[in-house]
Amino acid sequence: MTFELETAANPENLKRVVIEPVTRVEGHGKVTLLLDEDNRIHQARFHIVEFRGFEKFIQGRPYTEVPVLVQRLCGICPVSHHLAASKAMDMIVGSTLTPSADKLRRLMHFGQILQSHALHFFYLASPDLLFGFDSDVATRNVVGVAAAYPEIARQGVALRKYGQEVIRLTAGKRIHGTGAIPGGVNKNLSVAERDFLLKDIGQIIAWSQGAVDLIKKVYCERPEFHNGFGYFRSSFMSLVRPDGALDFYHGGLRARDEHEQDIFDHLDYGHYWDYVHEEVKPWSYMKFPFIRSRGREEGWYRVGPLARVNNCDFIPTPLAEAERKIFKAFDSGSATQATLAYHWTRMIEMLHCAEGIQELLHDDDLLGDDLVSKGERALRGVGVIEAPRGLLIHHYRINEDEQIVRANLIVSTTHNNQAMNEAVRQVALQYLDGKQLTEGLLNHIEVAIRAFDPCLSCATHAVGKMPLEVELLDAEGKEIDRLVRNASGACGA
Amino acid sequence: MSKTITIDGNEIPFAEGQTIMDAAMAAKIYIPHLCHNPEFKPHGSCKLCTVRANGRAVSACTMPAGEGMVIENKTGELDDERRAIVQMLFVEGNHLCPTCEKSGNCQLQAVAYCLDMMSPHYNHFYPPREVDASHPDVFLDRNRCILCELCVRASRDVDGKNVFGLSGRGIGSRLVVNSASGRLGDSTFAVTDRAAQVCPTGAILIKRQGFSVPIGSRIYDHKPICQVETEGKSGGEHE
Repeated sequence: MTFELETAANPENLKRVVIEPVTRVEGHGKVTLLLDEDNRIHQARFHIVEFRGFEKFIQGRPYTEVPVLVQRLCGICPVSHHLAASKAMDMIVGSTLTPSADKLRRLMHFGQILQSHALHFFYLASPDLLFGFDSDVATRNVVGVAAAYPEIARQGVALRKYGQEVIRLTAGKRIHGTGAIPGGVNKNLSVAERDFLLKDIGQIIAWSQGAVDLIKKVYCERPEFHNGFGYFRSSFMSLVRPDGALDFYHGGLRARDEHEQDIFDHLDYGHYWDYVHEEVKPWSYMKFPFIRSRGREEGWYRVGPLARVNNCDFIPTPLAEAERKIFKAFDSGSATQATLAYHWTRMIEMLHCAEGIQELLHDDDLLGDDLVSKGERALRGVGVIEAPRGLLIHHYRINEDEQIVRANLIVSTTHNNQAMNEAVRQVALQYLDGKQLTEGLLNHIEVAIRAFDPCLSCATHAVGKMPLEVELLDAEGKEIDRLVRNASGACGA
Repeated sequence: MSKTITIDGNEIPFAEGQTIMDAAMAAKIYIPHLCHNPEFKPHGSCKLCTVRANGRAVSACTMPAGEGMVIENKTGELDDERRAIVQMLFVEGNHLCPTCEKSGNCQLQAVAYCLDMMSPHYNHFYPPREVDASHPDVFLDRNRCILCELCVRASRDVDGKNVFGLSGRGIGSRLVVNSASGRLGDSTFAVTDRAAQVCPTGAILIKRQGFSVPIGSRIYDHKPICQVETEGKSGGEHE
C-alpha cells in the first residue's frame, strides 16, 4: 500500500496534465497528473470538485423530513439515502419494522440497486469494455453501443426501467419518492401492482444472467490484462447477514484485510465510530475514511460490489450464488483483488437483485396493511445500508424538540476515496509513465475510476472545515487575489 | 327573480350580502386565492383573487356582488399578475417543495401549478426565518409562512385564544406568537385547535406526521386545485 504518488517532492518544475471532467461517472471530478520533462509521473490525484452542505443545512429540520430531504444528495441512488436515513429514524422512533414494512423496503432497495447497476454497466462502462479503452472516442459512448450492439443497449435500458418501476410502486415516484417513513413505509403493493411487476420478472432475470455472461466473457478473454489493470491489494468492508450471507439492506459490519483475514466481523454498526474514522486532506473536498485499528496509512479499504461479493460467505439466491462461486474460483482467485472485477461482481449483484425481487413478489406480506410500528423514543439514530456503490452510513442526533442537531454521512464513494486514488496511481504508473500522452491513454485513468462507479455528488456532502481555495482572476485569467482555507479551518492568502 | 352577476360570460345568481368569491364558489367557478377560506371572515390581503368588476380591479373575496356586475376572472392579463404575486411569495420566503411534507397538499404549490408558474422568475431573498419547534405536537416553520393570517383568524375567531398575530411592517412583517417567551411551546396553543389545521402551506405542521400520506393519495396528486375547489373539497388541510 503506497502513498508515494500522492504528493510530489518538488512540484514547481513539473508540468501539469488535467483530466477534467472525468466522464461517464456520476457527479463532477478531475484527475491531475504532475510529470517531468521525460513524462515520468511524480504525482497523481483524483479530486472531487463539487461542494455540498447537507450535514449542515439539515440542522434544525424535523426528523420526519430527513429521509426525503437527504435523498436529494443524489439522483441516481436516492433510495439508498432515503432508506439509510429511514433506518436511522427507525431507531429514533423506537421501531422494530413489521414484516410488511421490512419487505417493502427491501423490494424498493433491490429495485434501486438493479437500476443503478444496469445504468452503470450498460450506459457508462460498456463502451470501454466492448470497444477497448483507447478505441475511437467518437463512438466510445452509449450511442456507439446502441449502434454496434442494439440488443445489449435495449436490454440495458429495459433493465433500468424495470428497477425504476419497482421504485415507483414502492416509493410513489421513480426518483425522489417518499415510501419509507420513520418506523415503516407509507404504502403497500396492491395486487395489480404486484402482478404488474411479476409479469416481466422472468425476462429481467434472464437478461441479468445475460449481463453476467457478457462481462464474464469479456473479462475471461484477456484474464491477465483485466486482472492486472490498476491492480492493488486492499481490505474490504461490507454488511453481512448473521449467517454470513450477502445482504444489501441490513446486517453486521465485516472487514477483511488484503489476505482475507478478519479485521472485525458482525459488528453492530450502531457504534461505527469506534471502528471507522475520517481524515481530511487539503487537496480534496472528499474525506478519507480508515479503519481505526489499522491507522491512517494502512486502514483504508474498498467497499461496493467487489467488497460485498468477496466478503460474504454466500449469496442467498441460486443463480447469483453459482456465479459468485465461478468468480471466486476464477484463475485461483486472482480476480478477487482486481479493480476491473468490480464490473463482474456488479453484474452478479444485479442478478441477485432480480432473483430477490422475484422471491419477494411471491410473498403476501407485500400486500399487508401493518406498515408502521413505533416504540420508545431515542435521541440518536444510525442507519447503515449497502448502497449500489457500497457501505452507506447515516448518523443523526435530535433534540427534545425533535429537530436534527447533528448529522454525519459517510457515503460509499467516500469509503472508496483512497482506493480510487490508488487505482489512478497504479494505472498512471502502468500505462502513462514515460509515454507521450494521448486521449486513449488518459482514458485508462478514467476506466480505473469508472470501475468503482463513483458518485461524486453523493460524496461531497460535508461542510465546515473542508479545505477551500478561491481564486480571483482578471479578464485575461491573471490571478488578482487568492484565499485558501486549510483542513483545520484556518484561512490565509 | 334572483339577482345575477356575470363571470367570464357566465351569468350566475347571488344572494344579498355575498361577495363575488362567495357567488363564484357557489356556482363552482374557481377564482385563485390563498388567504381566503369561507370558514373565516374575508381578509383581502393576498390579492390573488383580484378580478375586474365592471373594469375595475377588486378583491373578489371582499367585494360584494352587485346586480348586473360584469366580472373578468380567467384572463391572460389577470393570470399574469396572479402568477407574479405567487412568484413573489415563493422568493420572499424559503419554499423548498422537494423536501416539504406539505408538498402535494399545499395550496401555494397547487396555485403555482394552476397558474403555470414554471420558475420563480425573481431573485430569491433567502431570508433568515425562525423555526419554532418548542411545542410538543406542532412545528412552526416561518420559512413557509405567506402571512395569510388564517391561523390568526382561526385562533381568534374559532379557538378564542389569540395565539398568533402579525408584527412588523411591509417586508419586515412576520408571524408572532402570543406568549411571554414568544415561543409556541409556551402559548396556550393545542394541536386540536382549528388554527393548527388551516395553514395553506407547510408553516404549521403537526409533528410526527411527516410523509405518512403516500404520493398518489395527496389532495392535488390527480386533480388541479381549480378542480378540487369547485368539487367542494377544501384543499391543503390536514385531514
